[in-house]
Amino acid sequence: MATEAQGESTGLEFHPMEQFIVKPLFGDGPVQWYTPTNVTLWMGIILLAIIALFVMGTRGRAIVPNRVQSIAELGYGMVHKMVGDVVGKDGLKYFPYIMCLFLFIVFANMLGLLPKAFTVTSHIAVTAVLALAVFISVTVIGFVKNGTHFLGLFWVTSAPLVLRPVLAVIEVISYFVRPVSHSIRLAGNMMAGHAVIKVFAGFAALALVSPVSILAVTAMYGLEVLVAFIQAYVFTILTCVYLKDALHPGH
Amino acid sequence: MISLLQEAANTAAEHSEDVAGRAVDAAAQGADAAAHGAEAAAAQGAEAASSGMPQLDFSTFPNQIFWLVVTMLILYWVMSRIALPRIASVLSDRQGAITGDLMAAEEFKQKAKDAEAAYDAALAEARSEAQKIVAANKAEIQKVLDAAIADADAEIAARTVESEKRIGQIRDSAQADAQTVAKDVTAELVRIFGGNADQAQIDGAVDSRLKGVRQ
Amino acid sequence: MEGNIAELGQYIGAGLAAIGSGAAAVGVGNVAGNFLSGALRNPSAAAGQTATLFIGIAFAEALGIFAFLVALLLMFAV
Repeated sequence: MATEAQGESTGLEFHPMEQFIVKPLFGDGPVQWYTPTNVTLWMGIILLAIIALFVMGTRGRAIVPNRVQSIAELGYGMVHKMVGDVVGKDGLKYFPYIMCLFLFIVFANMLGLLPKAFTVTSHIAVTAVLALAVFISVTVIGFVKNGTHFLGLFWVTSAPLVLRPVLAVIEVISYFVRPVSHSIRLAGNMMAGHAVIKVFAGFAALALVSPVSILAVTAMYGLEVLVAFIQAYVFTILTCVYLKDALHPGH
Repeated sequence: MISLLQEAANTAAEHSEDVAGRAVDAAAQGADAAAHGAEAAAAQGAEAASSGMPQLDFSTFPNQIFWLVVTMLILYWVMSRIALPRIASVLSDRQGAITGDLMAAEEFKQKAKDAEAAYDAALAEARSEAQKIVAANKAEIQKVLDAAIADADAEIAARTVESEKRIGQIRDSAQADAQTVAKDVTAELVRIFGGNADQAQIDGAVDSRLKGVRQ
Repeated sequence: MEGNIAELGQYIGAGLAAIGSGAAAVGVGNVAGNFLSGALRNPSAAAGQTATLFIGIAFAEALGIFAFLVALLLMFAV
């Protein structure tokens, strides 16, 4: 399509989206639901990295931790404090789930930044499943814990009576937009960053602009490391906020 | 949007069918060429699928979702069964150790404080003992001193009385001498002036005069 | 320079949608700047509000990402 036309006319080749293709690991067959693909490979790597940090690293159970163990404890402490601060004491029951989400996203983002890596969180299918899982479980928790009182989330009693129906419509819409923005934010950030790096890298084929291009790639890479962490943090903290809304709907 | 995407997917599928058809044609030309053609067809098929956004290639969705679910289940199991309880126990152990150490330190501090208090008490006792001894000594010395002073006072008083007695005797004898002298002188004077006075009259006159002087 | 009018529209639309990314940048800058000025007025309260800062940045940025997504859809998917 567009990129190919450009490639023919200028000699530059831009394939910013090629890095996101899901390919089978063995052979060239169609991608069935069970086929081991590069998604499988990188999810396995993510899983192994997390296990290496959190199971192998804490094997010593040392009172005075070594480096790896203190990193694991740092991550544990950060998410634990976040859940405690944002959701409250009764939210700590859901801490393992939130911790898993945070770890999976942060490792996927960071490992995806390795050259030649495949970023699983850049796919809307993955982030949509994560966001929908959060959305559905939070809604179920809200109804189980609070019953119909949970609907008070949409009926703003502090507003004047005339405005309440209007606000209720807005609140309902914003509630159902949550999983959409929740998933697209993460996937879009990851996709955008990687695509921009790829485009800058494509310019390196021209000798004249290649130093600028390499500098730009370096700068974007630094920014992407920051974004990779912040997006994982934001995903987690928004999960905490939604959970707080479900547990304490009375604002 | 979805309908547009489906359209795109359909065109992509047609495209790859075309390619496959061409590959079949090539197969007629020989086994080698057929293998080659099949590879090329597959590569071109992948190319066709990649021309859009790979994120919207719905054919790969079940695969990604399946592996994501598998990964998340394993991750949740490992974290909730092994890693998180372990870290929690390590953290609480450390908290316990820190609290224990702090309590031990507090205990030692209390002990040090007690020792200091005991030392202070002993010091104060010794000091008061010394003061008591000093006071006792002082009192004894005072007693001795008082006795000596009293002795000296008594002696002085005795001597004063004696001296006064002697002075009185001297004064009396001096007075008597003065009276005798005055009587003698008076009697002589009366005798010289030719008077003949009785010794008793002269004594009376002199006594009355002397009494006036003495008073 | 042959091409159909739909392709022209795609490119123009994608370019217009990219403006949204710039608008999101303004929004993110606004959030961060206001946070900084507030934090400098009352530094003791700033530490507790970093989570709110990130949520605000995330909301502002999500809308920019939507614009970027529209641009990508026009370029590659339509």
